Amino acid sequence: MKTPLNYLLHLADNAVVLGQRNAEWCGHGPIIEEDLALANMSLDLIGQARLLYSEAAKLIGGDATEDTLAYFRDVPDFRNYTLLELPHRSALVGYAKSDMDYGTTIARNFLYSALMVPLWSQLEQSADANLAAIAAKSLKEASYHLRHSRDWLVKLGDGTDESHARVQAALEHLMPYTQEFWTQSAMEKEAAEAGIVIDWPQLEADWNALVDAALTDATLKRPSSVGYVTQGKVGSHSEHLGFLLAEMQSLARAHPGAQW
Amino acid sequence: MTTSSNAAPALKEWPLWEVFVRSKQGLEHKHCGSLHAADAAQALVMARDVYTRRQEGVSIWVVPSVAITASNPDDKGALFDPAADKIYRHPTFYDIPEEVGHM
Repeated sequence: MKTPLNYLLHLADNAVVLGQRNAEWCGHGPIIEEDLALANMSLDLIGQARLLYSEAAKLIGGDATEDTLAYFRDVPDFRNYTLLELPHRSALVGYAKSDMDYGTTIARNFLYSALMVPLWSQLEQSADANLAAIAAKSLKEASYHLRHSRDWLVKLGDGTDESHARVQAALEHLMPYTQEFWTQSAMEKEAAEAGIVIDWPQLEADWNALVDAALTDATLKRPSSVGYVTQGKVGSHSEHLGFLLAEMQSLARAHPGAQW
Repeated sequence: MTTSSNAAPALKEWPLWEVFVRSKQGLEHKHCGSLHAADAAQALVMARDVYTRRQEGVSIWVVPSVAITASNPDDKGALFDPAADKIYRHPTFYDIPEEVGHM
């Protein structure tokens, strides 16, 4: 059996968009070890995206490749969660010290990897053998991403007054975007009908358990996640994705078909 | 948070850790460098990212640098020079069989 194209693109776009976003820390990390850690994790995510895009390209056939899917699609074609395309900060205010906030980076990586560890665990049992193999590889990487972001979440939350306040603010900003994980769109329904069966109540319970335990250890309060539900996964994105793609795609579009 | 009165003060300077990596099963851990980290768990995670990115290792040790007692370079003569003229202590007069492997 084959995983439907839209679901493959959703998983791939999630990985490539967060990988690209986190790569913005390359050369700007708060300490060199974190600079390397973030770049390592971006390479893990881009590696996952390559495998998933290659599967998608096989389904599309013709001239489609992993590169055409990553570099020659536009904003409405991307199927990633809106959470993953946001900049490394909440809305800028007059007293903001920087336009990149490590607490936001850590909180987002934590919320996403706490989803992907149980999700890849479920997809590892998938009836699509290729997807199951990608899931098995990705699970190891996601487990490390979860460990890294959880450690830092606890250190920042249970750290100084300033680090606590900033990572709490990051959570308040990001938590509403996680509602998108739990709404069912045509994409998830199509995947389920094709045999990619995901136990969503179990997944949500696993995610909640990971989040609640980490927030308790970090002495952080869990913000409510109500309000507008974003729909990046069906192609309705925030204003931030276009800028991210412009940077990511500019070289490939300036020199189409270039080899090196 | 540091608001409670009996909490340890937040560290401004992270302590230094020495990193030892075992490159494969059966070999010993070798010193490969050092890094700053807030605690042992974090030192291990950072050592993984800094020193094992190119499949250098299957196991990592981290040790607080302050736990290491080092010899004084000024004692070099007294400690090491007396061994210089005792070549009979080297096992160079034997052929080591292939099967022995690493020695």
